[in-house]
Amino acid sequence: MIDPHGGKLVKRLDFRESARKETEKLKKKEVSLDKYRDLANIAHGLFSPLDGYMNENDFNAVLRNGRLENDLPWTIPIVMDFSREEGANIREGERIALAYEGEPVGLLDVEDIYGYDKANYARSVFGTDSIEHPGVKRLFSMGEKLVGGKITLLKDPPTKFPNYKLWPEETRVLFREKGWKKIVGFQTRNTPHIGHEYVQKASLTLVDGLLINPLIGKKKKGDFKDETIIKAYEALFNEYYPENTATMSIIETEMRYAGPKEAIFHAIMRKNLGCTHFIVGRDHAGVGSFYGPFDAHKIFLEYPDLQIEPIFFRSFYYCKKCRSVVNDKICPHGKEYQINFSGTAIRQMLVEGKRPPEDMMRPEVADAILSFENPLVE
Amino acid sequence: MAQEDSRTISIPSSLYRRIEKRIIATGFESVSAYVAYVLRETLSDDEKEALTPEEEEKIRERLRTLGYID
Repeated sequence: MIDPHGGKLVKRLDFRESARKETEKLKKKEVSLDKYRDLANIAHGLFSPLDGYMNENDFNAVLRNGRLENDLPWTIPIVMDFSREEGANIREGERIALAYEGEPVGLLDVEDIYGYDKANYARSVFGTDSIEHPGVKRLFSMGEKLVGGKITLLKDPPTKFPNYKLWPEETRVLFREKGWKKIVGFQTRNTPHIGHEYVQKASLTLVDGLLINPLIGKKKKGDFKDETIIKAYEALFNEYYPENTATMSIIETEMRYAGPKEAIFHAIMRKNLGCTHFIVGRDHAGVGSFYGPFDAHKIFLEYPDLQIEPIFFRSFYYCKKCRSVVNDKICPHGKEYQINFSGTAIRQMLVEGKRPPEDMMRPEVADAILSFENPLVE
Repeated sequence: MAQEDSRTISIPSSLYRRIEKRIIATGFESVSAYVAYVLRETLSDDEKEALTPEEEEKIRERLRTLGYID
């Protein structure tokens, strides 16, 4: 079994009533659902080796080098932001309670309170400081101070998909039980078309097991809703995937749309889940035209010590002459034979209530999506 | 994460030269980066915290309940 990132899974849970009682005496910081989910992601080891929110040294090292201060690969800051007023009200060494909808759900031992340059953060992580970029826009709405320190989770966050929610400890036991030694992880925020299935199954032929791992969390307008993605994959699994080689679980964290930097972050999370391989597609975690189509492939060259092995896929399409789904590495035929899997075109057909052609999307998947009155985030 | 500073350690020159050759075209920027990587990997083998049999059985039970395993 592949080691977790940094050597061991972080576990920072205290679900005892006495721990919650302790929060009565503490200052409280209200957090959003996305922040609450990331609190749990730290506490359950999905973000190992992070055991809390980044202190200033790690934060700066991540922006400067794409690594933690101890040189471990890490590309996305995991931080807790406070307004200037909130920041002035707490002290280093203090323990504060993190609350969701008024209820204490975590503890934060404040080690470090620091300011930061949002434009520098944006350029380093997103490669742009344009507020047209959804990740940058979100960043510019954050508080002016960051607070670093270890956390403790007091209660798991709510989830709409409890049957698919597995933490790293659980996926690792699952893989062992199934006898899988090599596991490929597939990150998705989309419903599956035939091209996705091709990529997943081509990868699966190289390893023992496939983990389809939809990312559930805040997305942008026009993305598929989480419910749509899950139902579409259930339809695909029911008809087209062998139970002994493929499985699905979710992770809950927001999309950052940080393209190449987020591809590394996505790979680290899958490594912590126990995946040995990770599929990186075209424009992975990208948005608009902010990144080159294969920037997320190139960045892996900078991380030879990541351990999880990326499997790169270029563009894939249906070739009328090959009569199968192919990519430009294996198909010699010209553009006149190609039918591209345009996500935008498929989405448009579905929004109009039409079933895409069967060589683009499985009918069962299309029907699952069409069962929603509105399958997209509004 | 705890703050970390760096310390100098000595290795034989011949070993240093072998590592220099080994890291060509690997993406490791220096011998130090490679040595730190190898040592971290070696140490992590000793630091793994295994689940207790009870914890593992509890997880297996959940996986069975959810239909992931029989």
